[in-house]
Amino acid sequence: MQEFLSSVFPNVFSKLPDFFESIVETFIMLGWSGSISFVIGIILGIILTVTKKGGIIQNIAVFQVLDKIINFFRSIPFIILLAGVMPLTRLISGTAIGVEGAIVPLVFGTVPFFARQIETALAEMNPGLIEAAQSMGSGPLEIIFRVYLRECIPGIVRGTTITAISLIGLTAMAGAVGAGGLGDFAIRFGYQRNQIDVTYASVIVLVALVSIIQMIGSAIVRKNSH
Amino acid sequence: MILLENVSKTFQADGKVVEAVKNVNLSLREGKIHGIIGFSGAGKSTLVRCINLLERPTEGKVILGDVEITALDEKELREERKKIGMIFQQFNLFASRTVFQNIAYPLKNSGLSRNEVENKVNYLLELVELKEKSGAYPSQLSGGQKQRVAIARALANDPKILLSDEATSALDPQTTKSILKLLKQLNEKLGITVIVITHEMQVVKEICDNVVVMENGRVVEQGDVFSIFANPVEKITKDFVDSTSNLTKVHELINENAEIVRLKEGECILKFTYLKRDASEALVSHISRSFELDVNIIFGNIELIGSYPIGGLISVVSGRESSINDAINYLREKNVGVEVILDARVSK
Repeated sequence: MQEFLSSVFPNVFSKLPDFFESIVETFIMLGWSGSISFVIGIILGIILTVTKKGGIIQNIAVFQVLDKIINFFRSIPFIILLAGVMPLTRLISGTAIGVEGAIVPLVFGTVPFFARQIETALAEMNPGLIEAAQSMGSGPLEIIFRVYLRECIPGIVRGTTITAISLIGLTAMAGAVGAGGLGDFAIRFGYQRNQIDVTYASVIVLVALVSIIQMIGSAIVRKNSH
Repeated sequence: MILLENVSKTFQADGKVVEAVKNVNLSLREGKIHGIIGFSGAGKSTLVRCINLLERPTEGKVILGDVEITALDEKELREERKKIGMIFQQFNLFASRTVFQNIAYPLKNSGLSRNEVENKVNYLLELVELKEKSGAYPSQLSGGQKQRVAIARALANDPKILLSDEATSALDPQTTKSILKLLKQLNEKLGITVIVITHEMQVVKEICDNVVVMENGRVVEQGDVFSIFANPVEKITKDFVDSTSNLTKVHELINENAEIVRLKEGECILKFTYLKRDASEALVSHISRSFELDVNIIFGNIELIGSYPIGGLISVVSGRESSINDAINYLREKNVGVEVILDARVSK
């Protein structure tokens, strides 16, 4: 088996530790920027939902400002954002290069997209449920936590799955600031040195990763849809 | 007493001002079942939402018992809302929660222990006869069962008032009957005031003590159900009353010149309607004997409201003209409404 693999992926096998390290780097970037984006994105998505016209704590000013900021960041290509937020990255992470340097731009690239996913997921809920909750004496916080976040779990999980998969795409670009990761590994060896088997190996790992995320997401959705 | 004083509600949408409720004054007695009837767009849903302030009136006061609910702040209002249950046309159950969890939803932060919550939910499930569905999800229930769960949930905090917004409009006639029966039972058993919004007079007839008729945001007529059915004044009320009876069908038959309404000389078609509650005498056989008339009932529609008959009969009456006139006068004295629908009487 090992012989077969090393004959198909000769260049990967010659730098196996680097290959594994790049996988770990991808996981680190995904883990950190994913969990930070998840929390911030859900908060922003909720704020969008409850402050918009007809929302449970309607506040047009807050909504408009947030809405415009999200649009602004969504329209910036990630590779430009990466360089654009460097000063802020230095301020927060202490460095603008490496894995730590990639997390801040990854969060900036992911949060606006994810906030929209959450907004969409929450908007799909039957507004009658809010009315029912209000008629039972629930306040805004109770409606957010016991109605929105509970009833919309399938939609939120779907949005999270989509966002996580697109985040994997973004981590490949983070190689540009020396963050490493599978994408960077594939470009450096597979593309620049024409070691095509490195590209294939990286792609196989990424495909596996995306499939696993999608499977987990679908399983959670299935379990929470009644 | 539930008091609405000069309640108005206007909406502003796309620069247009819509007056959904205009200057409504109502006082609804506690412990009764009140119906609010009107066509869609009459403002009845908005009006009922003004009672628990899901819609805040633009003007006017709402007073429940001794609490002026329109003067409360948000927090006090939330507490007060727990004493007002509400059910909806589309049930509005939480799809992600089981029947048990749905009913337990409003009991959070009520100070009950987990055990007490369980007992309470089980008691409510028994009340709505759904004990065996405790662990089911709403999607596994029929429409009628969903509404029963919604009723149980609305009753969880022992409310004094139950608002029902077209709660039976999405249900088939048989299920509607069983839900209405349940509401009636709850009213009798728990003494809860029920306010039923509907566009079907049948619903009012079935369970209500009092009825409020709405048109274009205003209350146009109100009273106890029997007198509204016996003596509707406004056109819209008459239309609603007619919608529950087949007596208007006689006009169609006359237009079609059906066999059954073709009169011979000396005959006329009369419509008798009950106007008072004590119509228990054998009036038809009495007039036919005393005034020597032949009374042929062609159709009728008599139902009980509470325990009093309401409705009427359409009959072909034949005999001497003077006798027919005497009979008509006699019946009117006995508080029976008499209307001559088609006349072929001959004076001799």
